[in-house]
Amino acid sequence: MSISRRKFLGWLGAAGMGTALGKTARAASNKNFSGYPDSNGVLFDSTRCIGCRKCEEGCNKVNELPEPDQAFSDLSVLENARRTTSKAYTIVNRYDAAGDNKGPLYRKVQCNHCLEPACASVCFVKAFSKTESGAVTYDETVCVGCRYCMIACPFEIPAYEYDSAFSPRVRKCTMCHPRIVKGLLPGCVAACPTEALTYGKREDLLRIGRERIRKFPERYVNHIYGENEMGGTSWLYLSAIPFKDIGMREDLGTTPAPKLTSGALSVVPMVAGLWPVLLGGVYAINKRREKIEKQEKEQAVSEALEKAQADAKAEMAKAMKFAEQQKEKAIEKAVSQALEEAAKAAEEDASEPEAEDTDKKSSEEDS
Amino acid sequence: MSDESTTAGKSYLTPFNIIAGIIVIIGLFITFLRFTKGLGAVTNLSDYNPWGIWISFDLLVGVALAAGGFVTSAAVYIFGMKKYHSAVRPAILTGFLGYAMVVVALNYDVGRPWRLPYPFIVQRGTTSLLFEVAACVALYLTVLFLEFSPAALEWLGLKKLRNIIIKLTLLLTIFGVVLSTLHQSSLGALFLIAPSKLHPLWYSPYIAVYFFVSAVIAGLSMVIFESTLSHRYFADKMDETHLKEKNDIALGFGKAASLVLAGYFIIKVIGISEGNNWHLLGTGYGLWYLVELLGFVALPCFFYAIGAREKNLKIIKWTAAWTVLGIVVNRLNVGLIAFNWHLPASERYFPSWMEIGISVFLVTILLIVFRFIVTHMPIMYAHKDYPDTH
Repeated sequence: MSISRRKFLGWLGAAGMGTALGKTARAASNKNFSGYPDSNGVLFDSTRCIGCRKCEEGCNKVNELPEPDQAFSDLSVLENARRTTSKAYTIVNRYDAAGDNKGPLYRKVQCNHCLEPACASVCFVKAFSKTESGAVTYDETVCVGCRYCMIACPFEIPAYEYDSAFSPRVRKCTMCHPRIVKGLLPGCVAACPTEALTYGKREDLLRIGRERIRKFPERYVNHIYGENEMGGTSWLYLSAIPFKDIGMREDLGTTPAPKLTSGALSVVPMVAGLWPVLLGGVYAINKRREKIEKQEKEQAVSEALEKAQADAKAEMAKAMKFAEQQKEKAIEKAVSQALEEAAKAAEEDASEPEAEDTDKKSSEEDS
Repeated sequence: MSDESTTAGKSYLTPFNIIAGIIVIIGLFITFLRFTKGLGAVTNLSDYNPWGIWISFDLLVGVALAAGGFVTSAAVYIFGMKKYHSAVRPAILTGFLGYAMVVVALNYDVGRPWRLPYPFIVQRGTTSLLFEVAACVALYLTVLFLEFSPAALEWLGLKKLRNIIIKLTLLLTIFGVVLSTLHQSSLGALFLIAPSKLHPLWYSPYIAVYFFVSAVIAGLSMVIFESTLSHRYFADKMDETHLKEKNDIALGFGKAASLVLAGYFIIKVIGISEGNNWHLLGTGYGLWYLVELLGFVALPCFFYAIGAREKNLKIIKWTAAWTVLGIVVNRLNVGLIAFNWHLPASERYFPSWMEIGISVFLVTILLIVFRFIVTHMPIMYAHKDYPDTH
């Protein structure tokens, strides 16, 4: 495969453009969203939770979910770690803290209602929305069921109705959005007997959380989980032991989910805009190269042809000349021969001249 | 080069037909279960593992291996490598059928397939990379259909329409490259949203570039791989030009694949460096990563180079098959093996036999359609009415 200089430059241009585009991809936006003002949330205090599963029951009731496999009064389910499912929007897990006397701790799991939700950012049909009340809601009338929301959720919350053939839905806590717009408390908060759950404005909840940590520094880890995790969540957590010990990931960072993909998305219009120009250019370069190649070839051919013709002409002329000379020589020879013969004949037999014969012979030779 | 005479009179009970028939029957049975009982009845998908092999294999691998269409048409029509012209039609056909299979597979995977047009006609979720993938795949399938259609139109004898579409070749090629660049890379970028779930060795800010570059490798290798298989089974369908150019194509594409693999290897190493993930190479996942990087990137890069240098077609062909396998390994790593690596073994996913069954079923259908088309339409030979254009 031979590469011409022109082709090489074409490729080099293509490679260079690719590099330039790579840089645009990394440009991040400087927009920052810190939640709707006055939006609501819930503060969960793990030091107050007794693992009674009343919140699970309350959730089940207000959301009209199917009967659980084991009754809510059966606390033996706490033996195993569970997660949210399409039949349970919230569950409580028990964590036996090792090494200190803080006893078993419980954590309630449900949707954290991110300020900038991953599920909403990845949904290609906009089935999720972050409402101004704080709740992240789901519209089952448009959901296609691609389940990208479940891939994206860093808290592993959304669950799917895999057993439904005709109307499977993504299921997750809605912060009881239909209830809070009516001025009611979320089902779990209303059912909690120990005030481990506090519903209110997120700003107020942060203040309450900080106040509790300030008042009882020995009781709490000095951190409100959800204040900044994944850009902040509407559900906030206080804990007596490090959050990773109650099953919460501490490695999620504070980058809001949409920022993770904004760079890749920003490249799209650049590729769409520049690729045709670049590819069209490469095509034009190659086309031109071909054209020039063709012209050069044609020119070379015609030149060669001309030269050949001239050569042939010269050759021909030479040959003609030679032939002429030969002819003249032959005539001379014939004439002299004839003359000689005539002289001889005249000499040999002067009485009987044979002029007729001599004439005939010379005319034959002439033609 | 009509084939009617070659199959007529022969028994249809060839080994291929028998096996394909059995697979199709089983596939139809699972299809029936899937659409009457739901995903839960046939898959091992769970709330932790919402994407199984129908995404990792059928979508991610399928789209990557169908990249030969855009790679070949770009090489021939844009970069002016006309000596590879006879590779265009088989590559376009493979691409078209590959994408068609992907779209069919998605109908199995999504919960409510009849709503697949919703993202375009009801609400456009433009902040989603999946929206971009969906839009590009839909458009590119159309482009591939148009690029493929001249072969079908020649077969049907619709000259006028065929000539109109031939005039669009350059436009379609450019459009195809733009769309392929976008969605091949976006398939990787889908995972950018989940840094907490994908193992750091595979999660990279460059993952979109990795997916695009490896798709080019997949495309080049698939052209060689497909041509090897075609020559074995459909040699009688190939005309002189095709047979003459075949070896040149394998050598040229092998050389190109070697170069692209070298670049891919370099940017993968840069990726490890960027994330400062060197220490992870010593872990179990790290060793598996090294198998992928050294065994399926560096090794084929080397063997392609040897094959191209020594003009050894045997090496080139085996390397192509190995590289294709490497792409499968990479996509399965990102989609399944290194995804959810933080979960305990009990929560990890392994496909059910029925999920595998559907994937095998779809590939079988693809092969059957491919066979039908290459035995009936001018794919590996120029149609006698259009000798120069193909």
